[in-house]
Amino acid sequence: MKISSLRIHFLAVISFLLIGSFASAQEHDVAEHHGGGAVDTQEEITEYTNHHLKDAHDFHLFSYTDAAGERQHVGFSLPVIVWSSNGLVSFMSSEFHHDTDGEVIVEANGSRFVNLHEHIYELEEGAEAVVMDEEHHPINAHKVFDISITKSVFGIILVGLLLLFWFGSLGRQYKKKNIPTGFGRALEPLVIYVRDEIARPNIGEFKYKKYMSFLLTVFFFIWVSNLLGMTPFGFNITGQIAVTVCLALFTFVIVQFSGNKDYWKHIFWMPDVPVIMKIILIPIELLGILTKPFSLLIRLFANITAGHVVVMGLIALTITLREQFGAVGSTGLSLVLTLFISLIEILVAFLQAFIFTMLSALFIGMAVAEHDHHHEHDAEGHEIDDVEDVRESFV
Amino acid sequence: MDQLLNDFSPGLFLMQAVILIILILLMKKFAWKPILNSLDEREQGIQGALEAAEKARLEMKNLQADNEKALQEARVERDAMLKDARDIRTKMIAEAEEDAKAQASKIITQAQEAIAAEKRAAVAELKSQVAALSLEIAEKVVKDELSDKKKQMQYVEKMLQDATLN
Repeated sequence: MKISSLRIHFLAVISFLLIGSFASAQEHDVAEHHGGGAVDTQEEITEYTNHHLKDAHDFHLFSYTDAAGERQHVGFSLPVIVWSSNGLVSFMSSEFHHDTDGEVIVEANGSRFVNLHEHIYELEEGAEAVVMDEEHHPINAHKVFDISITKSVFGIILVGLLLLFWFGSLGRQYKKKNIPTGFGRALEPLVIYVRDEIARPNIGEFKYKKYMSFLLTVFFFIWVSNLLGMTPFGFNITGQIAVTVCLALFTFVIVQFSGNKDYWKHIFWMPDVPVIMKIILIPIELLGILTKPFSLLIRLFANITAGHVVVMGLIALTITLREQFGAVGSTGLSLVLTLFISLIEILVAFLQAFIFTMLSALFIGMAVAEHDHHHEHDAEGHEIDDVEDVRESFV
Repeated sequence: MDQLLNDFSPGLFLMQAVILIILILLMKKFAWKPILNSLDEREQGIQGALEAAEKARLEMKNLQADNEKALQEARVERDAMLKDARDIRTKMIAEAEEDAKAQASKIITQAQEAIAAEKRAAVAELKSQVAALSLEIAEKVVKDELSDKKKQMQYVEKMLQDATLN
């Protein structure tokens, strides 16, 4: 009873947030850009796709041109919070009026800001408009430290709330019963899966418990974020390089702080090799420390970005192939291909969460492993690779 | 690469880091800890139940073996007891027979002795009475005989004749 009422309450808050914001955000566009907003040419498609891949300062669902010929945007604005030369400044993103070309200047707290391709710039003293150099970099404005609640931050918070709500209610269920019911019954095997297939075999039976909170949170965060990217809301959380850098950095820090004596010995004084090799191996191993998290962050970022680009490109087929196949043909082809790729993307959403968590667990496992350097020898005196070696050479 | 670096937003990075830390802590407190603890508890419970069942099965088996053994022992004991009883019975019967025989022979002996004694007494009695009777008869006869002189003579004669024949 308590859970169900809580759920209703939660849903009410979410829907209120969405509906209320839609209502307040139905405003007309002042800056008429992109020739009325229609996306027709190859360049416009590319720009639209790139725009989607980037983080945004407002939550934009779709736009249309109304009967009066004015461009209407449906969505809601999000707070912009920046650290400017005059300290912390905050205003709603609606003050930019959906302009991302640096034309609308917002004055707040004595500073003037423009939104240039979803980066907030602060104009220098005395500057009236953004002046660009030939490489399209502004010369009279500088970037500010931008901790706005952007679309991605909004998505991150949403994913966090969803996770808290789902797994919190699953956690509460155990107080009353042994076997969870409802949605919790679907979540429980996933938790067991992460524990038994990812954490336990990679980190080891005796040490895995310490890292479960991190691995579980990261796994479900990435998975739900990836899936949220599949929805028409157009989130692209795990396709933001800053987000994947952050996730990989967490793994990196945890690995370095978990590393035992053996781990550091393998980096700075590799056992069982000649002294010259030991010295040669130091920079290689040091580089290895960095490449591991780097591969994590690039893999996740690239996979999700590629997925979004492919889906958007396939949707754009309805425009690009209109001349060859006609409106119905190109739309049908686009629909079938997008459906097919979307199915693969749903798989990729899980796969990338799994791989990220799996490799994080693997790196942690390598850092905490108790190495035994008296390698076993078989009858002919050849070394038998133990599991650790096989694993290392695999990674 | 330049594009990537340009797209990297330090603000978003900071927000993600802060939110992720808060999320991990909150999830740990409200979700992962109770969930993992309950899973562990449940698994240990199942493990314990399985072990207890196995133990109970073994105990049952032992108990059955014990029962069988006890039954066997009881059977052996019963047989032994029965045999003992039979022996005792035989022995008692034999003893009783012996006793009875002894008793009987003793009684017979006593009876024979008593009969002999009685007989002797009776013979003695008879002897004395016969003697008395004889004396009486003799007295009467003598008295009668000697009352007639002639008869006395005849008797003597006869006696003498007998005596000579002898």
